[in-house]
Formats: sequence, structure tokens, C-alpha cells
Amino acid sequence: MFFKLFFTFTKIGLFTIGGGYAVIPLIERDIVSRGWLSKEEFYELLSITESLPGVFATNIAALVGYKINGLKGGALAALGTIIAPFMIIILIAAFFNRFQENVWVAKAFKALRPAVVALIVAPCFSAAKANKLTYKTAVIPVVAWLLMWQGNVSPIFIVVFGCAAGIIYHIFREKNKGK
Amino acid sequence: MIFLRLFWVFTKIGVFGFGGGYAMLSLIQHEVVEKNGWMTKQQFTDLIAVSQMTPGPIGINTATYAGYTALENSGHSPFIAVLGSIVATFSLCLPSFVLIILISYFFSRFRSNKYFTWAMTGVRLLSVALIGLAAVSLMTHENFIDYVSPILFLGALFLSVRYKLHPVFIIAIAAIVGIVIY
Repeated sequence: MFFKLFFTFTKIGLFTIGGGYAVIPLIERDIVSRGWLSKEEFYELLSITESLPGVFATNIAALVGYKINGLKGGALAALGTIIAPFMIIILIAAFFNRFQENVWVAKAFKALRPAVVALIVAPCFSAAKANKLTYKTAVIPVVAWLLMWQGNVSPIFIVVFGCAAGIIYHIFREKNKGK
Repeated sequence: MIFLRLFWVFTKIGVFGFGGGYAMLSLIQHEVVEKNGWMTKQQFTDLIAVSQMTPGPIGINTATYAGYTALENSGHSPFIAVLGSIVATFSLCLPSFVLIILISYFFSRFRSNKYFTWAMTGVRLLSVALIGLAAVSLMTHENFIDYVSPILFLGALFLSVRYKLHPVFIIAIAAIVGIVIY
């Protein structure tokens, strides 16, 4: 049982290439179909991860593992998700300097770097869409962005500010509804 | 003591890293490049490239790699560097893991907590800004070396946004282009 749980999540960790949400269908297939969790339980856990900080894939793994087998299950599932990517990165990191001395690799990375920056810009568009940003509401993230970029405001401060603003905004809205 | 520093930095990122892996990148960059000077912007860009190409969540990959590089750059042996990556990865996951245990222990129906939901609507709106920050701060002369670089940038952006091409393919295409033109 513990082995199975661990290896199921090792597999899941290996298949999340570029983006944590890729694990949802994988977990659903492996965990729900084994009868370890019901579909409803799984969706409830998913909604919890929406409000958790940190890495999505390990969070959902820990939640599912905990639900199945308590603390041990949670720890094993989270560890299972991490272990394979961790080993691969260590191997690459250990040899990367030697890789980079290779002429071909150096050439590839010259073109790769601007492309990687583009791949970081791209999620901006999907995040803007998911938040249903209009020209009016876009002012808020743009101001935050300028504060961090030009004003050297710490991103952590922006996150804390976002939490507080979200709560205050909704408290005011509830009060106004009451009137 | 660099290990304590790593632990503190990545625990902080684990606590405040809302809004997905890409929003977290700007937190990692701010701490690892700007504040602690553990690596250059170019090294950080390369590290993201590798994190995107290899399997695993981008947050984990980046933390593992950053922990290793931080120690390697300050002159430690590969073995010590591996310990650095263990510390970074572990501390990144620790806060939310503790939170999960507490939630599972104390609340049977956590999602009904409206304050969490409200806080998240605020953070989600700002995640656009966080992702944008990581992007602009990597637009430097280290990464954009000549007039071809902006073209590569726009091409990759177009393929990703318009055609939803998977990052792994975009990286592969860029690598081939680089080998051909440089």
C-alpha cells in the first residue's frame, strides 16, 4: 500500500512537464480509479489547494496522501512527487558547467534565453484572462508591477497586500449588501 | 551560515508563493538574484530553461537547481551543493505541508472559510503582476545579446500564446535555431 502510494506519485511527478495542473487528470486516473478516493473527495481536495501557497503538485499529493493514510501517507506522496525531478535536476546541475563549455550547447542557449523569457510572459495572458481583466481592473496589477519593477517593492509585500485587499474589498461588499 | 539562509529564504517563498509556479519565479528571483546575489540573471535564466525542459513541477525544479547553484557559486563541493538543493526543496514544501496537516486536523470542511477565498481573489489578481515582474527583470543584455534575440522572443511568445505550443517544443525549436544561426 505505502509502496504503491509512493510510486503512483513518483509517476505523477515525472509526467508534470511545464505546469502543475497537468497532474490533475493523472491523479484522477490513478487514485480515483483505484478506489482510494471518491471523485467528490478528490474535487474537494482540489478546491482546497486553490487557497494554499507553495507548489501545486506537491500540495495536492500531500492532501490526497493524508486523506488515504494520514501523516505517513501525506509525507510519502509529497516525497514521491519530488524525488524523480529532484534527481534529474541534481544530475544536470552537477554536469551543466561542463555541458556549457560545449560549443553547440553554448549556441543553443544563446537562442534559448530570449525564448525562455517569452515562456514566462505567456502565462501573464492566461492569468489575465482567468481573472477577466478589463482595461479598468488591469490598473491594479499594472501599478503593482511598476511598484516592484521600478520602485523595488518586495514581491512578498505585494502578495500580503493582495490578501488584505481581497478580504477588505469583500467585507465592504457584504456590508453594502446589508444596507 | 548559508544553509540557514537558504532555509529561511525558501521557507519564506513557500509561505508567500501563491498563484502558481510562474508567479513564484519572481519571488525566487528576487531573493536568489537580487537580495542574496547567489547567482547572475543569466544563470537564473538558464536554470529556468532547464527547469522547463525537465519533468517535474517548475517550483520544485527551480528550487532544487537554485539551492545547488547557490552553494556551487560560493565555492562549495558538489556534495555540499546537493545538500543545498535538499534544504531549498524541503523548505519550499514545508510551509504548505504543515498547513495541510493543520487543515486536515482541525477543519473537516476547510473550503467554507470565506476569508481564505477572499484573500485568494486579491492574490490571483496580482499574480499577473508577479509573473510580469519575473519577465521584465530577465530582459537584460545578458539574455538579449543581439538584434535576433527580440525576434526569437516574439516568435516564442506567439507560438505559446496563439498556438498553445508546449514549452518543451518551443525550447527545442529555439535550441535548434541557436545552433544553426550562432
